[in-house]
Amino acid sequence: MKNNSDTQPRQLKDDLKMNYGPNKKFVAICAGTGCRAYGSLKVKEALEVELKKQNMNVDVIATGCLGFCEKGPMVVIHPDKYFYQSVKVADVPEIVSKTVAKGEVISRLLYRHPDTKKTMFREEDMPFYKKQLRVVFGSNGMIDPTKIDDYLVINGYQALGKVLSEMTPEGVINEVKKAGLRGRGGGGFHTAVKWEGVRKAAGEPKYVIANGDEGDPGAYMDRSLMEGNPHSIIEGMIIGGYAVGAHEGYIYVRNEYPLAVTHLNIAIEAAREAGLLGKNILGTDFSFDIHINKGAGAFVCGESSALFASIEGRAGEPRAKYVHAVEKGLWDKPTVLNNVETWANVPLIINRGADWYSSIGTEGSKGTKIFSLVGKIRNTGLIEVPMGTTLYEIIYDMGGGITNGRKFKAVQTGGPSGGCIPESLLDIPVDFDKLYEVGSMMGSGGMIVMDDKSCMVDVARYFLAFLKEESCGKCVPCREGVRRMSDILEDICAGKGTEGDIDLLEDMSKAIADGSLCALGGSAPNPVLSTIKYFREEYEAHIKDHRCPAGVCKALITYSIDPERCTGCGLCIKVCPTQATSGEKKKAHTIDNNKCTRCGACIESCKFEAINVK
Amino acid sequence: MVNLTVDGKNISAPKGTMLLEAIRGAGIAIPTLCAHEAVSRSGACRLCVVEIKKGNRTRIVTSCLYAAEDGLIVETKSQRVQNVRRLVMELLLARCPESEVLQKMAKEMSVEVQPRFVADSDKGKCVLCRSCVRVCEEVVGVSAIGLFSRGSQKTVGTPYNEKSDVCIGCGACVYVCPTGHIEMTSTGDKRKIWGRTFRMQTCDKCGKYFAPVDQLKFISKKTGVPMSELTVCTECR
Repeated sequence: MKNNSDTQPRQLKDDLKMNYGPNKKFVAICAGTGCRAYGSLKVKEALEVELKKQNMNVDVIATGCLGFCEKGPMVVIHPDKYFYQSVKVADVPEIVSKTVAKGEVISRLLYRHPDTKKTMFREEDMPFYKKQLRVVFGSNGMIDPTKIDDYLVINGYQALGKVLSEMTPEGVINEVKKAGLRGRGGGGFHTAVKWEGVRKAAGEPKYVIANGDEGDPGAYMDRSLMEGNPHSIIEGMIIGGYAVGAHEGYIYVRNEYPLAVTHLNIAIEAAREAGLLGKNILGTDFSFDIHINKGAGAFVCGESSALFASIEGRAGEPRAKYVHAVEKGLWDKPTVLNNVETWANVPLIINRGADWYSSIGTEGSKGTKIFSLVGKIRNTGLIEVPMGTTLYEIIYDMGGGITNGRKFKAVQTGGPSGGCIPESLLDIPVDFDKLYEVGSMMGSGGMIVMDDKSCMVDVARYFLAFLKEESCGKCVPCREGVRRMSDILEDICAGKGTEGDIDLLEDMSKAIADGSLCALGGSAPNPVLSTIKYFREEYEAHIKDHRCPAGVCKALITYSIDPERCTGCGLCIKVCPTQATSGEKKKAHTIDNNKCTRCGACIESCKFEAINVK
Repeated sequence: MVNLTVDGKNISAPKGTMLLEAIRGAGIAIPTLCAHEAVSRSGACRLCVVEIKKGNRTRIVTSCLYAAEDGLIVETKSQRVQNVRRLVMELLLARCPESEVLQKMAKEMSVEVQPRFVADSDKGKCVLCRSCVRVCEEVVGVSAIGLFSRGSQKTVGTPYNEKSDVCIGCGACVYVCPTGHIEMTSTGDKRKIWGRTFRMQTCDKCGKYFAPVDQLKFISKKTGVPMSELTVCTECR
């Protein structure tokens, strides 16, 4: 196998270095899906036009997601790395004439700490980034994901070169085993054990698959990796293919991720042209190619056997997995299925070594994990932290705490199959085993933060309604059981809960978890079980007292106006869609609860917080 | 042969036998709705669950799909098993309140209607065991019916609920349906099924209507036996 395979990527990199180097002046603008929605492509265009107008030959790179989605679009001016946030087209001429031309900082565009009011120049100064360890996700800011050269310059495909020239397949598996890499998709299964299983399994051909069917509400780390650094996933998969003896790979990505699909396609094509994919990779006798399979967006297709069925052209329904995918996976052939983030970790382990990798994290969970931090949190975005970082650090240090100065109530981890973790457990270190212990799970890394205005029964109702829709409908406990649990939760939120509902929900949960065919049904009761476990009194308040303590469930609340606070400005009268608010100018208004639909428009409009919800 | 323990009893079964057959072979009853001998297994109804112990790990598996293994310890009546079966029956009773088959099974299993579940009125007697879909695909080989939608919206039927061009009116789906959900009426020279009316063939010998013409044509085409040799009913053959 040894010949020029190691030198090729190195040579490529050295050639390219001429054009890059640490002192190169360029402007990076976040062009992930989130920032695009904020208008970052228009800002990029304006930057290019303005640079030309001011006769400056400086590149503008549209990068993948930079993580701090709360403050998009973000622009970073290299080599000084000045970090501008919420940039608008109108800011562009000044950015070019001051910062790009003269290195002057425009302070209004810098991040300002909301409490200390201190302005911060660079990523590493900002609390959102400071405690992160962005070994997988951090490269996003340095590369244009549509250019393979950018990836090569940051040591891209060096790991592949090393593997093909110096390592045996067993050696690769051992390195991954020593690193302690566990699957990032949810289960946390040991990656090397899977690989070993496929390597040893009888049957040809063997397949390697990247699972990019991210479907949890509020989670988008896999999308951002596929969009922002597609080559890291591809390189990981080629290495995996070499390790297990596969020559064909699939990336299963949902069609709702058009930018990810585009970038992956461009990356695969470029890798083929560079001799990194296809026949005789880097001149060796190892061949491997990758196809993209677009999914139609069913949540259940993230489950391995349903994903295989979908690639095979059948309905995305799981099958019983008493024979594992490592023996009989896609087309009943030995198959390695790993999440895209897991694949992106592989080149890192090869490049920097298992010892380095396993020095990060906790005893049972090594490396870093990307989380999407959403909900009632000040700093919405994607973060990458060492395993073992506490929930408190994530939510308060990086996340900046709860919006509008409200009180933290719970964080939902692991998506719809995960659970809600209360304030008393914020000190737990986040890793696979600890989250499971407290009744939740890592899942693919979604974190939804809730404040004291969130009703935990309503949260459970929301997730069960989602799962009811997303159940494939094959087995009875999941199809019928989740639907009935969802009905009961709807009842409780509508004030129609009955004595015994909590016990019934708990009994059903156990039987559904035990009896369902796949992990979707198996974990579907988790949101209910964890909210009953930690917020039982809230369920009881709904059922016994017909009261929603958080003021969310519409059937159980009434609106009223505090006459002390109301200034009689009339705004609530204007916005009320049902004419429920009335009153004379400059006199306290009132709400007719027979007409009020509790839509919340008055609360949002009132500048004096005069609307009470009880 | 493999040796295993079921409810404390030592039994043996040929290698590759599913637990369902191995256990039933030992005289222990296991309820099922979706495991029909004519079709492949799907594991949809979950009534046949048993609890297995391997090493220190116990878990619930469907006996229809889990092959008997040496040294396996199986419990068919544990609390966990009964909880799953009871919930499945309660859910199916609420889905198909009219089904006599389910009522009888529930009675045998001492399961009563769960009053908290509002009974459905739009599902008929279909438990979505998919035996009909499998027999149409695997045995008949026409795939005239399939499963549509997802989750609680899932139904069985012909594509877009239109009259199927490929259905041969054989009625195999009716035969394998455990609850009698699929309607088929035969009057005189006509048979109605899945919204289509089929012309029936008379037997050359006894003169009785015995099979849809389309079915005989299908058999003739598939086997190469001329139509003229197929127009005698099985009783007169």
